[in-house]
Amino acid sequence: MAKVEMTINGRSVSGVVEDRMLLVDFLREERNLTGTHIGCDTSQCGSCVVHVDGKAVKSCTMLAAQAAGSEITTIEGLASDGELHPMQAAFRDNHGLQCGFCTPGMIMTAVDIVNREGADVDEQTIREQLEGNICRCTGYHNIVKSIAAGAKEMGSGMKEAAE
Amino acid sequence: MASHLDSNVIPPSRQRETPRAGLTWIGQSMKRVEDPRILSGKGGYIDDVKVPGMAHAAMVSSPHAHARIVSIDTSKAEELPGVIGVYTGEDVATVVDPCPSFASPPVTQHAMAIDKVRHVGEVVAAVVAEDRYIAEDAAALIEVEWDVLPAMVDIEASLEAMGDGVLHPDDRESNKALDESFEFGPVSEDFDAADRIIKRRLRWNRSSAQAIETCGVISQWDAFKGGYTIHANTNFYNFIPFVIGGSLRVSPGEMRIIPVLTGGSFGSKVFIHKIIIMTSALSRLSGVPVKYIEDRLEHFTNSDSHGSDRLYDAELAINDDGTFKSLRFTVLDDYGAYLQFGVGTHGNAMAQVTGPYQIGSFGMRVIAVLTNKTQQGPYRGFGSEVTNWVMERMADAAAEELGRDPLELREQNMIQPDQFPYMIPTGNIYDSGNFQKVLGEAKSLFDLDAWRKKAADMRAEGRCVGIGVATCMERSVYGPTEWWSLNNKETPGFTLTSTPEGISARIDPSGKLFVTLHSPMVGNSPETVVTQILAERLTVAPEDVVINYSDSQSGFNGVGPQGSRFTAMVAGACVSAAIKLEERLKRFGAHMLQRRPEDMELRDGKVAVKGLKDQETSFADIALNSSFFRLSFPDGEEFDSGLETTAVYDHPLSTDPHEDREHLGIFYPIVGHICHIVAVEVDPGTGKVEMLDYAAVHDNGTIVNPRTLAGQVWGGTANGIGTTLSEQFNYDESGQFVNPNFAEFAMPTANEMPRNFKLGHVETPSPYTEYGIKGGGEGGRLGAPSALTSAVEDALQNYGVKISALPITPPVLRGLIREAEQAA
Repeated sequence: MAKVEMTINGRSVSGVVEDRMLLVDFLREERNLTGTHIGCDTSQCGSCVVHVDGKAVKSCTMLAAQAAGSEITTIEGLASDGELHPMQAAFRDNHGLQCGFCTPGMIMTAVDIVNREGADVDEQTIREQLEGNICRCTGYHNIVKSIAAGAKEMGSGMKEAAE
Repeated sequence: MASHLDSNVIPPSRQRETPRAGLTWIGQSMKRVEDPRILSGKGGYIDDVKVPGMAHAAMVSSPHAHARIVSIDTSKAEELPGVIGVYTGEDVATVVDPCPSFASPPVTQHAMAIDKVRHVGEVVAAVVAEDRYIAEDAAALIEVEWDVLPAMVDIEASLEAMGDGVLHPDDRESNKALDESFEFGPVSEDFDAADRIIKRRLRWNRSSAQAIETCGVISQWDAFKGGYTIHANTNFYNFIPFVIGGSLRVSPGEMRIIPVLTGGSFGSKVFIHKIIIMTSALSRLSGVPVKYIEDRLEHFTNSDSHGSDRLYDAELAINDDGTFKSLRFTVLDDYGAYLQFGVGTHGNAMAQVTGPYQIGSFGMRVIAVLTNKTQQGPYRGFGSEVTNWVMERMADAAAEELGRDPLELREQNMIQPDQFPYMIPTGNIYDSGNFQKVLGEAKSLFDLDAWRKKAADMRAEGRCVGIGVATCMERSVYGPTEWWSLNNKETPGFTLTSTPEGISARIDPSGKLFVTLHSPMVGNSPETVVTQILAERLTVAPEDVVINYSDSQSGFNGVGPQGSRFTAMVAGACVSAAIKLEERLKRFGAHMLQRRPEDMELRDGKVAVKGLKDQETSFADIALNSSFFRLSFPDGEEFDSGLETTAVYDHPLSTDPHEDREHLGIFYPIVGHICHIVAVEVDPGTGKVEMLDYAAVHDNGTIVNPRTLAGQVWGGTANGIGTTLSEQFNYDESGQFVNPNFAEFAMPTANEMPRNFKLGHVETPSPYTEYGIKGGGEGGRLGAPSALTSAVEDALQNYGVKISALPITPPVLRGLIREAEQAA
């Protein structure tokens, strides 16, 4: 058993977990943050992507104990006061989701892509970097469109904040 | 001239809302009302639901394709701290009976195997424990002794199996589960009179939907009530209580099935009855609520949703002038170890088996084969995706043998716009359409003439570039006779003929329109389309519509999202509910304004006097008065308090199959049409296929929401691309399923999809459904395989490669190219 402390969506939390507990199970079962999903068990589908210290990580591939001391952001941490994050809003505006099961992971990956590649990220880069996220509903067309639009919106938000 | 179809009389239309221009909400690309809760991570899928006191189940699955269970030792597992109980198939059978089956006679299936396993992944024991980690640990401690039997893997070899190779010796002497032959019209005469007979052997291999969410159940046995409370991600929660009550030994009314948001189905979650029965048994045996969520491996190997796996010997009778006369085939279908839905996937294909072409007769022999694989279930197309591909392959083959242009030959044989409603030889009708217009749009969207020249130039440079065109049918609004119409007519089984869909609706005293659906959200957009249709019909603002879901004790016998039916069917229920609400609104509103109900009309959420601008009262005012001020209205039950109603809509156009099966009746008549055109380049060195350009034009009648319909087309096309180029379940000789995971079962990612995907729509409204809506949930997968196959064959024309089996993975294509090179 291990005592872990971490910050999840801006809130400090602690818990005693089995050494083998996966981060995704800690989030879902111990913290009731069920927006992070489990799709494939083998780290291909990306439904479980969260941000650990600002980087996209598949939370089914990481132990909760490994995340001790880290800052975690999950899909529940993106929106604030009933206002969707620009990337979430872009997915809605561009019909980037159908069943929605892969969507939290897609959005967390998308925000990570924009953080790394910038607001003008091109279509080919988006497609290549979605390699680790599988969607079975949309054919990806509108996901790629959503991410490009969300990137632009995030970019203008960043500019406003800078001004 | 007398025809076998004379007795199949088309009923009159029951359409109330005619297709028309100038609609306010129908046709708008409204943003989905489902999205905010999903986007914020608060959707509420099955694994997100927690019930107080809930325990978790893990399974012990068979590592063998075919084996007798000699013994199961659960003692070590039982001793593990945190384990609540360990149960084998025999334990489960003390509280539940075998699974329901639409096959007739049925093939016996236990929710948890007893005595014998028939495919890798079949469950033989389960652990219920405090958490899933402990349950999995305990499951690994269970020791099973096996007596391995011969595995039947090959579709043709399994038919010849004897002795221990027979899967169900108690039910059947061989692995042939069904063998039925049909002739619809003068097949033999047409073949005798034809100038040529085109013959092809065609193979469609097994894959499945693999929605990103697996199937799951939480079941809670209530010993005092003698019933179950069940959460499950089934598509069909208001119907399955009647299907599984017998298995669970309770009456349907003693089950309460609560729907959840579902993470994709594509058919794979239509029933999921087996794990509902199994999990319920575990709850009854353990005395605690039990959650079971399939892991991905279990979903691949035990979820009973594998797609079609067929071998066709097909013949098309044609004249030298290119006229198609008759089609016939023998089809063997590898159904796997059980036959839950009989040969419903072939019944489905009878809806459009002759494609968009004028073909006078059709004959078929269908043989359902049992093998040691996971059994089939529905997957987007439900069998029609395969016959679409067979018909299009035969059209290409005819063109090749006649030396004709494949597209021109198709156009020559197409049903003409003035021939609707058009009855095909099986008895189904195509209600309406304009195939030529769809083709024309697709040609221009793709710029076919330019592309043909460009492809020829590229081939001249030595590149393997080709173009494929598919013109296919997209049947919608299914009728349930498809489940049983091909069964032996002496033993047809459960001859279901109803597919109702209903809603209930209430305007509350604040003026909100609360609507309850009786089918779940599975990735379609039920809340959005219902909002748009009711906003249209009742003139209310979409933001005043609030959608909820019933459970199985408060809902109707709703059939849910399957068979491309939901939008068209729920539109009928919405119109019926709106008519009833309108009558009450006008009665109350007229009384409040001291007018007669017949003087009133609905206008912008108000009841207004026809032709008078200011004489009106809002729905909210009427609801308030009708709810709280009873003494303001006359006595009599027509003024009973409140504004609420329920409404059920039945299939708009169906007839019974002929008793001697001279035809199958009308069962899938609301037809769309699709044309897919794709240009590909094949790398002959690796067998890799790249899509250079793609155009898809769909006719789904009146469009309720262009963006959600487009989403269905893109998604279905992606499924079809996977089916064609990369997805196949591989079994080795011993029946091992060798690629049941997302690493080796190669589904397309964003980078494998075509960049230049152009989508177009033609709207030919149905004369039979409300507003002329047709279904559009399956079309992409009904067209993409045919177009892509043709394109790849065209690209490899210099090698003379012919494609007769899917998928055409890079190794498969490379093998075909190598064979061609060696032959040359």
